[in-house]
Amino acid sequence: MQPQFVVVLDAAHGGSDTGARLGDGVMEKDITLGLERRLRAALRTQGVDVVTTRDADADLPALNRAQVANHAQASACLVIHATATGSGVHLFTSSLSPASATPVLPWQTAQAAYVTQSLRLESEIDAALAHAEVPVTLGRASVQPMDSLACPAVAVELAPLVAGNTTSARAITDEKYENLVVSALAAAIGSWRNDWKD
Amino acid sequence: MTRAHKILLTSLLLACVVMAAVLIRLRNRAQDRLQEEATSAPSMGTAAGTPPSAVTLYVPNDLDASLTAVERQIPLPADANAEARVLLENLVQAFHAPGSTHPMQVSSGVNEVYLLPAPSAAGQTRSDGELAVVDLTSALAAAQPSGIEPETLTLLAMLATLHANMPAITEVHFLVDGQPRETLAGHADLTRTYLASEANPEPNPQTAPAAP
Repeated sequence: MQPQFVVVLDAAHGGSDTGARLGDGVMEKDITLGLERRLRAALRTQGVDVVTTRDADADLPALNRAQVANHAQASACLVIHATATGSGVHLFTSSLSPASATPVLPWQTAQAAYVTQSLRLESEIDAALAHAEVPVTLGRASVQPMDSLACPAVAVELAPLVAGNTTSARAITDEKYENLVVSALAAAIGSWRNDWKD
Repeated sequence: MTRAHKILLTSLLLACVVMAAVLIRLRNRAQDRLQEEATSAPSMGTAAGTPPSAVTLYVPNDLDASLTAVERQIPLPADANAEARVLLENLVQAFHAPGSTHPMQVSSGVNEVYLLPAPSAAGQTRSDGELAVVDLTSALAAAQPSGIEPETLTLLAMLATLHANMPAITEVHFLVDGQPRETLAGHADLTRTYLASEANPEPNPQTAPAAP
């Protein structure tokens, strides 16, 4: 039996945890939820099964987010963040050292068994964003619930676009800019769907 | 109750009140003295006329997530704890400087640094390295722009600066105002202990890590 292709989307923050304040009263928790909703719709039109950790403005501890994701046995987990700092999209994978998969994974470091796959997924997303001419920075970070996710996982952090040689300035709330990023993420997941079992 | 008992009881009560007042005063004095010592710690151990030493600070750039090595001449205290604190304070001043590529409106970012023998790994009798417990100020945490990238860059810059100038430091744990804290400003995990070398990970063709 073929394993099912399921994508988990985690809109970071929510409820009393507003996340970063992005200026003009815009809060990170609202941006992440908006992006998650758009990406979920885009993926469902591609026939991808999507599980979300939250669908409303509600508090959700990191532990519960990891529980939802791990229960889904996902083929890809995207943790969505936003910041007022930097430019373009920041992609992060866990800073844990890669480890071999064992039948029982330690909760705090479950991601270690998936780091290599997470780097491959990050590479797919990087390529799709580059194709959409969105600047990308890549890095490793220690951010909850990433280290507890038992799936290929990437944190996608949206930042405003700073004007450069090839880009014009775009606010983080710019709908065209957000749609561009969502389309690129959906395309990357489409490619991942073909590659993830390799 | 006789008159003598009443006098004795009143005297004892009076003695208790006086003793409590004296103890409170002594505690306040001790607290003031400790506070004063903590505030003046960076200059402690730096004898007047100490020649400046060449140090390398790793300053982040928010736009490309890089760390840039910046050479500085700084008089360093003899005490290793104070030396680590002076290095990090100078780094925070670079964040605060006009035209900073990682701007942060904070003038003092580190309360204290404590160097301890790094915990031994399982099965080892001793560890060769040192664990630096870096007690950040709540002012730094409040001034820290919120986000995975800016918070991670702040921590990596500190790790890289300590690793470059004090190679004996192998691990770093962060506190804020002496207390454990979950994140720096909502994202970067402060519950774990970082490897000082983490800011300079192994080259990986798939990533462009934020490293010097």
